[in-house]
Amino acid sequence: MHPRTREKIILTLAGWLAAGLIFFPIFWMILTSFKTEVEAIATPPKLFFSPTLENYVTVRERADYIHFAINSIVISVGATLLATLIAVPAAYAMAFFPGRRTKDLLLWMLSTKMMPAVGVLIPIYLLFRDAGAIDTRWGLIVVYTLMNLPIVVWMLYTFFKEVPKDILEAGRMDGAKPKQEVWMLLLPLSLPGIASTALLSIILCWNEAFWSLNLTTSEAAPLTTFIASFSAPEGLFWAKLSAASTIAIAPILVFGWMSQRQLVRGLTFGAVK
Amino acid sequence: MQLRQLTLLSAAGWIAGAGLALAQGQTLTIATVNNADMIIMQRLSPKWEQATGNKLNWVVLEENVLRQRATTDIATKGGQFDIITIGSYEAPIWGKQNWLVTLDNLGADYDYADIIPSVKNGLSYNGKLYAVPFYAESSFTFYRKDLFDQAGIKMPDKPNYDQIAEYAAKLTDKSKEQYGFCQRGKPGWGENMAFIGPMVNAFGGRWFNEKWEPQLTTEPWKNAINYYVKNMREYGPPGATANGHNENRALFATGHCAMWVDATSAAGYIYNPKESQVADKTAFTAAPVQVTSNGSGWFWAWSLGIPASSKKVDAAKSFVKWATSKDYITLVGGEAGWVAAPPGTRKSTYDNPEYQKAAPFAKVVYDAIVNADLTKPTKDPVPYIGIQYVAIPEFQGIGTAVGQQIAAALAGQTTVEQALETAQRSTERTMKQAGYPK
Repeated sequence: MHPRTREKIILTLAGWLAAGLIFFPIFWMILTSFKTEVEAIATPPKLFFSPTLENYVTVRERADYIHFAINSIVISVGATLLATLIAVPAAYAMAFFPGRRTKDLLLWMLSTKMMPAVGVLIPIYLLFRDAGAIDTRWGLIVVYTLMNLPIVVWMLYTFFKEVPKDILEAGRMDGAKPKQEVWMLLLPLSLPGIASTALLSIILCWNEAFWSLNLTTSEAAPLTTFIASFSAPEGLFWAKLSAASTIAIAPILVFGWMSQRQLVRGLTFGAVK
Repeated sequence: MQLRQLTLLSAAGWIAGAGLALAQGQTLTIATVNNADMIIMQRLSPKWEQATGNKLNWVVLEENVLRQRATTDIATKGGQFDIITIGSYEAPIWGKQNWLVTLDNLGADYDYADIIPSVKNGLSYNGKLYAVPFYAESSFTFYRKDLFDQAGIKMPDKPNYDQIAEYAAKLTDKSKEQYGFCQRGKPGWGENMAFIGPMVNAFGGRWFNEKWEPQLTTEPWKNAINYYVKNMREYGPPGATANGHNENRALFATGHCAMWVDATSAAGYIYNPKESQVADKTAFTAAPVQVTSNGSGWFWAWSLGIPASSKKVDAAKSFVKWATSKDYITLVGGEAGWVAAPPGTRKSTYDNPEYQKAAPFAKVVYDAIVNADLTKPTKDPVPYIGIQYVAIPEFQGIGTAVGQQIAAALAGQTTVEQALETAQRSTERTMKQAGYPK
C-alpha cells in the first residue's frame, strides 16, 4: 500500500474513532430511553431489546415539556443577544484601540470564570431575592449574560483581530463614523465568527444547570430542571431520565447540526490567510 | 369499585368536614423528590385542589439538589417554597433554627395519637413537631426463601452478622452470578453510610462519645468495617462501590442476590410481580444485630414541612394535613392499591386488614419502625440523636467523607485501618472547626 494511502486510512479511522467516542454517551442515552427500567440497568448491558415508548409517555404525563423548552429558548437566546450586544463594542475597542492594560483586562475577565459558582451562590441569591428576580426569566438572562460575557468578549476579540485594519481605515477615510464602521464593515466581515460565538453561547446557556436549579422554581425553570426532576433516590429511573434528557437535548442537537457549517466556518475564520 | 367509591366519598367528606378551605384560590409551591409515593401524591393532589380551590405548583428535584435548593432558600428567607419535602435528618436541625413552622396544631381530627411515636419523635425538636410524616422506613433483611430452603437454612427472626456471613458463604455462586451479600457500596452519607452506620451500632460502635470526640478508630468500628469489606469482597457483586440502593434493588429484583439489608419501603416493590422477578420467592426478617440490637435498623421519614418564610401558611397547613392523614392513606389504598399505601407513619395503616392482606411484610416493617429509637441508637451513651446519621448540620460532610474512605478500602485502594485513621482525622478537623464540644 502506498504510504500516503495508508496515512489517509489511519487518519480517517482515527477521525471515526474520535467521533464515535464523543457520540457514544449520546447514543447510549438515546438507546436507554427506549428500554424498560429493568433493561436499562441490566448487567451486562443489553444492546438488543424490544423498544418501548413507555418512558416518553410517562415523561410527557408528568411534566409540561413545552413550558420548560420555551424557557430554555427564551433564556438562551436572550442571554446570548444581550452578551453579544455588550461584547461587540467591548471587543471592538480592545481589538482596534488597545490601551496599555488591554491584555491584563482580558486576562482578568477570563479569570472570573475560574471561580466556582457555588462560592457566590448566597450573595447572588440575596441580590435576586431583594430584586424580585428569583424564578424569573430576566433574572436568569442576566446571570447567563454575566457568566458567558468573558468568553464572548474573548472570542469576538480574537475574530476582530483577524479583520485587516486597513479596511476599517479606508472606511474611516470615506467618512464612516465608529457606529457605521462597526455596523457596515466589521460585523459583515466577521459574521462567521460572531455566529459561532453566539452558537457557543447558546449551547453553554442551554446546558447550564447550577444557576438554573438554584435560581428557579417553576415559572422560569428551563430544561435542565426538567431533567433533574426525573432522578430519584429510591426506585429505578435511568430509562425515564434518558427519555427526558433525549427530548431536552434534541432541540439544541438539531440546531447545532443545522448550523454546523457556520460553526466550522467561524472556528476556522482567519486561520488561513 | 364499591370500595373506591366509598374511599372517594370518605375523602371528599373529610375534606369538606374538616373545613380545610381556609384560604381559597391561593397557589402553593411544593418542592418534593421523585419517589413513587410522591408521584402518587402528585397524581391525587387535584382532589385537594378541587376541594379547597387552591392550586399546587410542583417542583420535583433530585434529593441532594432539593436539599441544597431548599436550604439556600430557607436560610436566606427567599420564600420560594410553601411546602417542602424533608427527611428526619433535616426536621430537628431546621426546627432548632426556627426555619420551619410548628405543626402541632393541625386540629383534633388529625389524630396525632395515631402517628407511630418513634416517627413523631424523629421529626420533633424540644417536643415540638416541625414536619409531618408522609412515609417512613426502617431497614430489614430481604432474603431469598427458595435459596435458603434449597440450602437447608432457616433464617432466624433476629439474625446476627456472623450468621449472615455464614449464610452468604453458602449461598454465593459466582458462576451463576448469585451473590450472598449485596449491600450498599456507593460512597455517600445517604448511601453506603446508611447501611454501615446501623451495622457499626450493632457491633457496639458509635460516631462520637459523650464529649463529641470521634470514635472511628475504636475496636467496634474496626470490627464492623473489616467484616463489611471482607464479606463484600467475597460474597458481594462485582463493582460494589458503584452500588447504592437502586442498583442493589435491581440486582435483588432480578435474582442476583440471596440477601440484602436495606429500606423497608422497598418491600412493596420487591413484592410486586410486575417489577420483580423474585416476588414470590422473597421473605423478610429483622436487620442483623451483633453485640447489641440498639440502632441496628435505620430510621428515615420523608415528611412535609412548611418554611417559616412562606406567606401562605394556612393553605400549606391544609395541604400537609390532607396528604399525611389517615384518609389520604385510605384514598391511596383505593386508588393505587393497598400495597402502594404510604408505609410507616400511622398505626391505623397496620391495623387495617386490607393493608395486612396486600402487604405480608407489614408486621416486620411495623416492628422495625417502632423499635428504631433515635434517642438510644447505640450500646454506649451518645450526645446525639439519629441512627444512621447524627442530627447535626456537619454530618452530611462528615458522613460522605467517611463513606469515601470506606469505599476506598472496599475497592482495595487502602486498608481498613488506614481508611479509618484518615476518616478519624478528617472528622476531628471538621468537629474542631465547627466548635465542638458545644
